[in-house]
Amino acid sequence: MNQQVVEAIGLSYAYPDGTTALDGASFRVAPGESVAIVGGNGAGKSTLLLMMAGLLEANAGEVRIGDVSVTPGSRDFVRRTIGFVFQDADDQLFMPTVKEDVAFGPLNFGVPAEEAASLAATALDVVGASHLAERPPYHLSGGEKRAVALAGVIAMGPSVLLLDEPTAGLDPAARRRLIKLLQAFEHTRIVATHDLDFVLDVCARVLVMEGGRIVADGAPDAVFRDEPLLARCHLEAPLRWQG
Amino acid sequence: MSRLESALADLRLADTLAARDTGLSRLDPRAKIVTTLAFLAAVVSYERHTVVALLPFLLYPVALVSMGEVPWRWLARKLALAAPFAVLMGIANPVLDRAPLEVAHGVTMAGGWISFGSILLRFALTVTAALAVVAGTGMHALCAGLAALGTPRVFTAQLLFLWRYAFVLGGEGARMATAREARGGRGSPTLAVYGSLAGHLLLRAFERAERIHRAMLARGFDGEIRPSRALRWSSRDTVFVVGWVAFFVAARAVYLPLLLGRLLTGLGG
Repeated sequence: MNQQVVEAIGLSYAYPDGTTALDGASFRVAPGESVAIVGGNGAGKSTLLLMMAGLLEANAGEVRIGDVSVTPGSRDFVRRTIGFVFQDADDQLFMPTVKEDVAFGPLNFGVPAEEAASLAATALDVVGASHLAERPPYHLSGGEKRAVALAGVIAMGPSVLLLDEPTAGLDPAARRRLIKLLQAFEHTRIVATHDLDFVLDVCARVLVMEGGRIVADGAPDAVFRDEPLLARCHLEAPLRWQG
Repeated sequence: MSRLESALADLRLADTLAARDTGLSRLDPRAKIVTTLAFLAAVVSYERHTVVALLPFLLYPVALVSMGEVPWRWLARKLALAAPFAVLMGIANPVLDRAPLEVAHGVTMAGGWISFGSILLRFALTVTAALAVVAGTGMHALCAGLAALGTPRVFTAQLLFLWRYAFVLGGEGARMATAREARGGRGSPTLAVYGSLAGHLLLRAFERAERIHRAMLARGFDGEIRPSRALRWSSRDTVFVVGWVAFFVAARAVYLPLLLGRLLTGLGG
């Protein structure tokens, strides 16, 4: 896996109705690092992830992956390097069977059908979902859908994973499986989440967002003990610390 | 499950059926598309009062349904759903065309009734064949086949998105209907409520469609539809196309029911 530095430099974005989503967000993520982006609703987490994946263009600022700037011109490189797992797995899954859905990304990269099927089988094996290969995705449980959506991204062989609220809607067992899986990955992981307990298990670093800006950057153990900061950002200390 | 949800699940069954390994699904999508187009051309080429001469064409949809192991009950439900459109198209014929045309078993039949019957028969033949091909191929493979046959990419992508977003729109509609019911909404909504529901449905579906499109872009989708099973033309496909097209040409050139009648009864000649 060819690891790259991911860098956001002064990203700003306002929605057409004038709402500011990002206001000069900057940070740098080292290869293989696992970083959480936390913040209240509307803090700009999802917008930031979309921008990093080249799915939304900034009004100002730049995203860089290694030496490459994320622009429409570098789209192919970005798609191959960044894997995006969306908040709602149903937005991602649409092919008639799980194996076809997981093979969708590799096929789009021009991988021959047989090889794409093999990549899909391997990715399903990685997430422990091989037994679902022949099933239609819309009949799966929430945890199974999340696993298959993750497999669909892994099959593309990205070095950076962006995950938007990966634990939303998962039962405790599915959440635990996802944590173990992400802990085992060597990819660079950037996770937007409200689940601070999940952050403690998966991420070595946390960025706190408020009003479209990064207002704190540090180890979860330190950042989550700053109670005034958490309160200001509509967050609470992880449940396991609350006794 | 609401009526809308069950209707969507029923429609979605087409993709589930296509994912199975059947005689029909093993055929190259291009073979099925070309043969079905030839079938449609043959069926619609008859003049409007034709009924009996169309009967041999029943063989093709029946063969497709059998090869694809498509459940007849599912087909019947889909046909029933579309039937009102066919009825609407032909219902005026018996009124407008009352000239006597045929006498069968002593009963004189007006041209309008015969052309109405012909419309219904053509509808049943063509829609059954089209449904069987979709259920034996899958929309994605069908679009890939169309693209490989030279259909412009914009058309095949639109077709695929139409199929995908029909479920999005329907799903959002079903959730809104459930939410309305949960808050005591019963019976048909008033015009004002209906307008508001329709507006919200459109906005919600639009947002969801945007998210889905982004998810497809994130996985490298560029408008080109690539088949998950490589398109491979085999001798089986050639036999399928040549065999059926030869049958359609023969059925169109020769009045098969009459020929069969003569063979069986030994009369005429």
